[in-house]
Amino acid sequence: MTQVGTDANPLRVAIIGAGPSGFYVADHLFRQRDLVVEVDMFDRLPTPFGLVRAGVAPDHQKIKSVTKVFDRIASRPNFRFYGNVEFGAHVTLADLRQHYHQICYTTGAQTDRHMGIPGEDLERSHSATEFVTWYNGHPDCRHCTFDLSQERVAVVGVGNVAVDVARILSRTPEELAKTDIAEYALDALSRSRVKEIYLLGRRGPAQAAFTTPEAKELGELTDANVAALPEEVELDSLSRAALERNPDQATIRKIEILQGYALHKPTGKSRKLIMRFLVSPVELIGNDAGQVAGMRLVRNELYATEAGTLRPRHTDQFEELPVGLVFRSVGYRGVPLPGVPFNEKWGVILNEKGRVVNPGTGQPVVGEYSAGWIKRGPTGVIGTNKPDAAETATCMIEDVAEGLTLKPQQPEVAAAEQLVRAYQPNYFTYADWLRLDELEVTRGKAAGRPRIKFTCVEDMSAALGR
Amino acid sequence: MKIRAILATKGTNVITIHPDQPLRDAARLLAKHNIGALVVVDEAHDLVGIISERDIIRASARLEDALSQPVGQSMTREVITGLPQDDLVAVMDTMTERRFRHLPIMDQGELVGIISIRDVVKYQRDQYKGEIDTLETQIIADED
Repeated sequence: MTQVGTDANPLRVAIIGAGPSGFYVADHLFRQRDLVVEVDMFDRLPTPFGLVRAGVAPDHQKIKSVTKVFDRIASRPNFRFYGNVEFGAHVTLADLRQHYHQICYTTGAQTDRHMGIPGEDLERSHSATEFVTWYNGHPDCRHCTFDLSQERVAVVGVGNVAVDVARILSRTPEELAKTDIAEYALDALSRSRVKEIYLLGRRGPAQAAFTTPEAKELGELTDANVAALPEEVELDSLSRAALERNPDQATIRKIEILQGYALHKPTGKSRKLIMRFLVSPVELIGNDAGQVAGMRLVRNELYATEAGTLRPRHTDQFEELPVGLVFRSVGYRGVPLPGVPFNEKWGVILNEKGRVVNPGTGQPVVGEYSAGWIKRGPTGVIGTNKPDAAETATCMIEDVAEGLTLKPQQPEVAAAEQLVRAYQPNYFTYADWLRLDELEVTRGKAAGRPRIKFTCVEDMSAALGR
Repeated sequence: MKIRAILATKGTNVITIHPDQPLRDAARLLAKHNIGALVVVDEAHDLVGIISERDIIRASARLEDALSQPVGQSMTREVITGLPQDDLVAVMDTMTERRFRHLPIMDQGELVGIISIRDVVKYQRDQYKGEIDTLETQIIADED
């Protein structure tokens, strides 16, 4: 057998998940001059780009421009996309081992953490991701419903997902109509009666995860005033001391913006977005119909851990917030894949620098890798996945050089395609996606929008004449 | 960004040593795994100290047969530990200000890993790289 990664015997790689990390792994492999590599990328959806399509907020189109980079990667002759093909359902790990030298999992953090408080399962209590995937037209959530007749809403968390949800709830129909938000969501949000949106952070303004531009954007909404409580945006002594020791300009600017919001006078806008800090929900209160009617909050104070992190601690002061709709965004975690070792504690695939690790031996599993959020957990911006993917791809290349790859019986491109066709005849290629993309953009143009998305597989198939 | 994200990509093995073992064993383990410090644990696997390359150098400068001496004699006993939920930035500040390079991570009293200043710098660097990359992509999109 000739060396793997040559013209005679190209390295065959399967990437599971067509989000940013998957593309960055492919890109890093393609950049190796002395490696002949063929990449097949699988996704359970017919469309690529993962959270860039289904996560990034519709009013942040500029962030989505990174898809041009992915298009360039996908245009290589040694790249293939198999959309609408689910790992574990249409193709199994055993199948892939027959066809590929290496398999890389880039499936992201697909589920959210729970708050772990009484009342969490009441009606009108949702995960923020459900709402995000709904307004972004993800086929999984197009039938979700949210009671937007409620006037008061709480969003638990102050990460970028929480801020996105609060901002989308605060936008006017006119603002939303300029985006690629799903049509049914535009329709539902246009009829929204939401008046007050509470964004709840358990720590103080200095520890809030949202960025300075995100904070600033909340102050520039057309028809929503942003507010904060002066006593909650005033820095506590621990935060002040930490900031004096290490004066981080971005954090200082963010706090100034928030303190400015506490001084804002309402200006007759129809909605109000209230940023709260140092509070944690301890209970969701239900009405007789089993729906959220309120939330009990506890006030927190900060303490320093041994390593210097300021963490929240409950006090004995409580308050009630009369909200009728709750979105939680308190953390995300990966979903285990069939047959792949999982680290329950961190919610990621068990790995070392991206090499999947056997939990029994602590040694790498030959031929299996992970990158992105399923490798390190949900942190950073889209670009953070690039160095992360490079680390994984570097391990993959090292292992090829060492001869540590799977030994597939049928490494030919055509054999893998046959396998896919056998178990999922309705698979989507990258050319199919480019056609769908064009159709979406054309539909959008007529309405003055960036695109109008297809939100179910049947529509996508029909659009391609299937 | 939390320390958890660093631990997530470091497998499951934490290299430890017993305080009664000679420093030579510690030196060998450091060389074998290409690392800078070992967590010292007793029979109950409780953390009792940390032994770093610097501790070994100090012992060697002081004693003729340093490498035969027990680890317990040269280890650092006053160990600052971290939690998976510690903030990366806070940890980086603390390690810089208090001048230590290795932080054992405890989760509910159990040793779950150790991170070095190198890990912290690498993750912070990758964070910045990622942010720059994302900003550049958006600026280029603006120009199109």
